[in-house]
Amino acid sequence: MSLVIVNGHVIDPASARSERADVLIEGTRIERIGKGLKGGKTIDASGCVVCPGFVDIHVHFREPGQESKETIASGSRAAARGGYTSVVPMPNTAPPIDNAGMVEFVIRRARETACVKIWPSACATKERAGQEMTEMGELKDVGAVAVTDDGSDIASSWVLRRVLEYADMCGLTYLAHCEDASLMEGGCMNEGYNSTRLGLPGMPREMEEIRIDRNIRLAALTGAKIHIQHVTTAEGVEIIRRAKANGVRVTCETAPHYWMLTDEAVTTFSTNAKMNPPLREAADVAAIRAAIADGTIDCIATDHAPHTFTDKDVEFHLAPFGIVGLETALGLVLTGLVETDLISLERAVELMTIAPARILNLPIGMLREGGPADIVVFDPKKEWTVDPAVFASLSRNTPFAGETLRGQVKATLCDGNVVYQLA
Amino acid sequence: MNSDNGPVCETTVVMEAIAMAAAIHRMAQEIVAANEDVSSLAFLGILSRGRPLAERLAAQIDQMTGVAPPVGSLATTLYRDDLRAGVGTVKIGGGTTHFAFPIDGKTVVLVDDVLAAGRTIRAALDEVMDYGRPARIQLACLVDRGGRELPIQPDYLGWSVATRPDEWVSVRLREMDGQDIVLLERRSLTDGEGGS
Amino acid sequence: MTQAPRLKWTRKDLLGIEELSREEILLILDTAPQFVAVSARESGIKKVPLLQGRLVVNWFYEPSTRTRTSFELAAKRLSADTLSITASASSAVKGETLHDTLANIEAMHTDIVVIRHSYAGAPHILAQRHPSHIVNAGDGRHEHPTQALLDAFTMREHIRAVRQDPAAQLDGLRVAIIGDITNSRVARSNIWCLTKLGAQVTLCGPRTLIPPHIERMGAVVTTDLREAICDADVIYALRIQFERQQNCLFPSVREYIRLFRVDQESLRLAPPHALVMHPGPINRDIELAAEVADSARSVILRQVTNGVAVRMAIMHLLVNSGRGGDGA
Repeated sequence: MSLVIVNGHVIDPASARSERADVLIEGTRIERIGKGLKGGKTIDASGCVVCPGFVDIHVHFREPGQESKETIASGSRAAARGGYTSVVPMPNTAPPIDNAGMVEFVIRRARETACVKIWPSACATKERAGQEMTEMGELKDVGAVAVTDDGSDIASSWVLRRVLEYADMCGLTYLAHCEDASLMEGGCMNEGYNSTRLGLPGMPREMEEIRIDRNIRLAALTGAKIHIQHVTTAEGVEIIRRAKANGVRVTCETAPHYWMLTDEAVTTFSTNAKMNPPLREAADVAAIRAAIADGTIDCIATDHAPHTFTDKDVEFHLAPFGIVGLETALGLVLTGLVETDLISLERAVELMTIAPARILNLPIGMLREGGPADIVVFDPKKEWTVDPAVFASLSRNTPFAGETLRGQVKATLCDGNVVYQLA
Repeated sequence: MNSDNGPVCETTVVMEAIAMAAAIHRMAQEIVAANEDVSSLAFLGILSRGRPLAERLAAQIDQMTGVAPPVGSLATTLYRDDLRAGVGTVKIGGGTTHFAFPIDGKTVVLVDDVLAAGRTIRAALDEVMDYGRPARIQLACLVDRGGRELPIQPDYLGWSVATRPDEWVSVRLREMDGQDIVLLERRSLTDGEGGS
Repeated sequence: MTQAPRLKWTRKDLLGIEELSREEILLILDTAPQFVAVSARESGIKKVPLLQGRLVVNWFYEPSTRTRTSFELAAKRLSADTLSITASASSAVKGETLHDTLANIEAMHTDIVVIRHSYAGAPHILAQRHPSHIVNAGDGRHEHPTQALLDAFTMREHIRAVRQDPAAQLDGLRVAIIGDITNSRVARSNIWCLTKLGAQVTLCGPRTLIPPHIERMGAVVTTDLREAICDADVIYALRIQFERQQNCLFPSVREYIRLFRVDQESLRLAPPHALVMHPGPINRDIELAAEVADSARSVILRQVTNGVAVRMAIMHLLVNSGRGGDGA
């Protein structure tokens, strides 16, 4: 039976469309986008935006190995609730996704249990040990869309150079987690006045910036593509800006918490303010916002990192890094970036759809007739309060509990199926 | 004990200077009459006005007998039961307990200006016992205003006056207040420190 | 006689100095003298019944004889019942969480829990969720509030005696803190406490052991010992830990001694009236020369004596101000 989404404001950055229109869906495909369409079932999108389902190229689903934090199934439901129809899970599972068998495992589990599209990434080095390359050719063939050792950087410049060359040859993008761990002595928050005041070991900005610089230089040396993950500092953004101006094939992402919060959030010792890279200071937040506005930041990626309540309910020093993000992303984008007039609604949608898709060359993130019906309907003005108790994710570790955000997902469709609808 | 509750609405004079002097003189005589061995006496004045009263009693006894009993101060603040219940406010800096003589085997005379509920005296007894083992403890008060909450009675009393709950006895001494007078003050009741 | 402020204590816990006002600090310092007198009783029992029937638990994750005995003695002198738990003997070894351990302790109806922990913030997250009065006896590098309070009390006691002014406060006092500032919770708490009381704080130590932006806490920073102590009224030496050497933080104990030790030679650069203090335990002849520690300038033992009185004052204020705890 056909389904038609009517009365919505259709935004499709890939085709520069932003207008009132209806969308007719037949089976798994978009049949037509136009005016006055009719279909079997109807979704009324009055007052709402209709756009491509969001794409998150940086999430952590903890399957295999830590299924109590999140599974591919629960993570996909969290994604759907957040308006995402495609996600790229990171390979730092237990065991890690560093061989074809593991990639096939993820794909099979996704097929069996996931309600949105899962595009697996694989490790760049075996066991993420930073020593030996993985068999990227085969990994690509079985379905990996990117390689990364996310969670760690590759310490040896020699190894990274070869990884970049080889990945590029295989048509895979290297996703770079930039961190010089040797500068960090048990660090758990940004190094600055607050880390001194609170007596917590710090993680200086240079930890991130030194490696952003090095990694980009190696990409330039090899001519390979590189994507910088979770950028957080003013200088980091500046390094990327200069590299782009010099023609290096670099893209980058940031996550909502890096434009919403500073390291002041650590004052209460809440472990939901602990992530890696850490929350920075006001000047960095301003620089991230400016970089989003001027296009230096190419896309938004949540770095959704679920941990159980028990895991996080410990002394700050001991808590694992990370917060969830799929179910608050839209609200934080609209509240933090669009409502503040930093970027337009269309640009926000672009940063969450076609932009990340293009970085990994994925055939998604757009609305076109004949294309897959991966669509999200959201009300950009609706105010709602973040209540972790109703999250679809198995984990609740968010610093935004109780916050009122603007912008709520009404419905998410993946291949024409309604995989989430607001009650 | 003087209290700082509510504003005073009405004041009556209960004892003037001459009556006070006469009462103190009589109390000194009673103490001498009741205690054969004057050299075993030791006075502990309960801060703040018990101290000057104790000194006056000791001076009178010295005049009568040629023996001047030693005089010390007792703060009692750390022994008050209302502090333990979290009801009272710690009055800090109101003076500390201090006496330079041993009390074991002595006849300790506690001296206070006003006796009411009896809790201050109870606290004073607890404190004195923590310092040593007197042979006996006696109590001398200038004024008894009634309102007892414990079975405590003075051995030597200057004056007794029945009061209502909204009335307070205020003793002024020339050593501290510039004049000798005992006033009955009617105040509006507020929450605060319990009676003594 | 000291002033009698009418401020009432309103906090459930004592977690740090950073959040205290000058008035709250003075309330504690002005409450302590009467407890000094209790401990100083020559004849008679060194006890008052203010915490009679209350239970004080000392929960120490890090070994510490000095602080733990001071808290225990303070509780006992207030007639409280005391219980000591050390982490190695407790369920922490079996993997029990911080919250579960405290909940189990509280199931036995505690009033005050004194906690020392290796990680910053542990007392704070406990205080948010548990009804006991929590006293921070040191959390990682973060704060050690009772130490700073007894240090300020000792400084004030000394200057009141020297100036013969029973109302003197610490305003204008120049205090130099020497040593490993980065790892020192004593330094942090002292900076807050002294600056709130109007004193001037200078920090001095190897550059590698001075944390970034600490000037923003209100202190002056120098790596030159002479500069730090040439006009100091108080010279406060911190304990240096040998393990730091392995982490490439300073080259050798020998070098530290040459540049930063407080000894007869370096004290020649200081004013003759300058006091010498140390939170203990002292590494004799490392950060502090033995003869200086034992000299007339040193009030280190006075710090220890005052520590009991200040802790008595704190426990009394927490329990008897009419809120929180088990028996309130």
